Amino acid sequence: MPHRTFFWFILPSLTAMILFIALPIVSVVIQSLHVEHEQVLEVVETCGPFGCTEETRVDTEATRALREAEPLGRFNGLGTYVNRAHLATEELATAWAESDTWGAFGGRVMNLPFYKALAFTLAYTFLVTPLVLVLGLAIALGVNGLPQRLRGVTIFFSLLPMIVTPLIGSLVLFWMIDADGIIGATLQLLFDDPDLSLKASPTLTWLTLFVYGVWHSAPFAFIVFYAGLQTVPEETLEAAMIDGASRWERVRYVVIPHLMPLVVFITLIQLMDNFRVFEPIVGFQAQASATSLSYIIYSDLRGDTQQFGSAAATSVLTILGVAILLTPVLIRTWRDFNRKRV
Amino acid sequence: MIFTRLTAITLAATAIGGGAALADCGIDSGRVAILSNDFPALQAMAAGAAECASDTVEVSANQTTEHRDIQVAALTADPAQYTSAVVANSSIVPLLNDGLIRPLDDLIAEHAPDLPGLNRITIDGEVMAIAFMANAQHLYVRTDILEQVGAEVPTTYEEVLEVLAAVREAGIMDHPWAMNTASGWNLGEEFVNMMIGMGGSLFEPGSAEPAVNSEEGIAALEMLAALNDYANPDFLTFDSNATQALWESGELAIAYMWGSRGGGILDDEGAAEGVVENTLLVAAPTVGGGDTPASTLWWDGFTIAANISDEDAEATFIALMNGLRPEIVEANNDAAVWLLEGYTPGAPAAGVSATAEAGATPYPMLPYAGLMHTALGNELAQFLQGEESAEQALADVEAAYIAAAREQGFLD
Repeated sequence: MPHRTFFWFILPSLTAMILFIALPIVSVVIQSLHVEHEQVLEVVETCGPFGCTEETRVDTEATRALREAEPLGRFNGLGTYVNRAHLATEELATAWAESDTWGAFGGRVMNLPFYKALAFTLAYTFLVTPLVLVLGLAIALGVNGLPQRLRGVTIFFSLLPMIVTPLIGSLVLFWMIDADGIIGATLQLLFDDPDLSLKASPTLTWLTLFVYGVWHSAPFAFIVFYAGLQTVPEETLEAAMIDGASRWERVRYVVIPHLMPLVVFITLIQLMDNFRVFEPIVGFQAQASATSLSYIIYSDLRGDTQQFGSAAATSVLTILGVAILLTPVLIRTWRDFNRKRV
Repeated sequence: MIFTRLTAITLAATAIGGGAALADCGIDSGRVAILSNDFPALQAMAAGAAECASDTVEVSANQTTEHRDIQVAALTADPAQYTSAVVANSSIVPLLNDGLIRPLDDLIAEHAPDLPGLNRITIDGEVMAIAFMANAQHLYVRTDILEQVGAEVPTTYEEVLEVLAAVREAGIMDHPWAMNTASGWNLGEEFVNMMIGMGGSLFEPGSAEPAVNSEEGIAALEMLAALNDYANPDFLTFDSNATQALWESGELAIAYMWGSRGGGILDDEGAAEGVVENTLLVAAPTVGGGDTPASTLWWDGFTIAANISDEDAEATFIALMNGLRPEIVEANNDAAVWLLEGYTPGAPAAGVSATAEAGATPYPMLPYAGLMHTALGNELAQFLQGEESAEQALADVEAAYIAAAREQGFLD
């Protein structure tokens, strides 16, 4: 294709990508480098139903003048990135200097909001992604082995966890694992422990969220693998059977290599999806025990005072995280692509 | 849970009017758009305001529990998306900080000259909001269970602990206590209340420097931990909906909940047998030998946006005052502790009134209080889970607050 034609072909998508992806990211980066103006405070008398008091308030006139002069706020460089709510360089240095053991240092690092969130996010990503792959493949193989008549119904029910809105799904499970809910009460009965609560201890909350993550995402892997299974060459399978390959050997040496591009695809999507885990934390009200990078962005933007600079910095760090995470997978795909071209 | 109701309330108004001609509120024309929280008292007010709708007057309301998150953006637009934001002591602050609401003195002088001083939220001599209802957290007790253990109604948290111990000792309940300790805003609020009861303060006097890592702060945290020893282990997920459900299921002997839940609890719906008739609403207790109740007083009131025409502002003021007239207050008497004419305090209001009379102080209307509240809500859970010391938790709160306050320009 001549370059000119290619250019006109790609122009609409390129425009859309610049408008809706590149520019917003640039705007977030700029925002993350700025903080709010210094607030001019004044003390005035405030009266209400419960009497009068002297209260501090923001001098709106003076603050507005500052804002109009510099609408973006004060330039703060990387100040927001290194403060306690983000990379916390100073706190890390102190913790390093004052801790005698790795354990003590780890404990102090996990006390910093960004690292706490990062730890959960990474744990979630690296546990849920492989489990989703394995479980998805297992379900796909199982369904593929069913008689034709039963497949439709089974596929429909297997897809349900993915169809349910994540927030609703987690809310439903949240009430089911309540001490008075069906799962919570059953577990208490099984373990004979009336104080057992999946919501109370951080470990059990993490486990619950992992289980939820696998439950929610496995259908996606399943349906992709199931589609892939329809294209596995019959002849190769039959040849393997004649050679005396067991069912497991056929899966290991014929089916899985055939599905490898799909494994890469699902890994890519799942890594991205799981790295921005968010809804289950809200649905399970798990923020006391587990926070993720997305959750701390959300928390910065909620409530009476929105902290845009802080949220922007976390967003940029999240983008960097996704980039780092996807690099190995992308390098692999790139190599495969080049090999095929040769 | 989110209940969004972007209503063309005109429908509701026709229903209320029973098909009769719409009330003439004396508005020639204008736009009335209300943004508010979502509970029965505010629904009644919005429906009352909607009665003013006519061919030339457009009335709409967005009633959502997420109102705080959109109010600043919605009122910054010019013209503002909503002509009125219904706020409380804390949520008025961001609107004031950005100068998004207008003084109401001229509208009051013209349309409600008799409005008592009680309802006027006056800041530096200008009325910025009309307060119409009050709220506070206080104790709910089960008289039948107190009788079983031979206890009086507790007036201090130390007495509360004794009663809880007795209830557990007697084998009546394992987890007789609950308060709104969901990690986040709720937990922050419980700490603020306890801290004020202990006689402590959140900030250094007259400055934005934090002062929570103090003796009072530690005592407040330890009291919260002692109380929640008697709570269900899920307590870090308890919001108002959860505690009300627990109370109505009869699983609690004493609870610390919002006064605004009183109406819902004392009605005949949803409660287990024996709960409603034995529920008593009493003042928030004092703590640590102090004499101020460990609770903060809250008001709800309406404001009028700055970025709208004077005509719309006038229409909004008249319509909202119409929604707060004595007949509406009378018809919804138990829905709130009204600060308005037509209100007869009933059983659901007893706790809030008693708390106010005992000298509770209002929640601080400081521009940086919201940041402290967020830091408290995020950082205290680890202490209550037994993972870190009270000193460490409070040091974390101060560090988180300082980082946020620097970003917002309150601290250098």
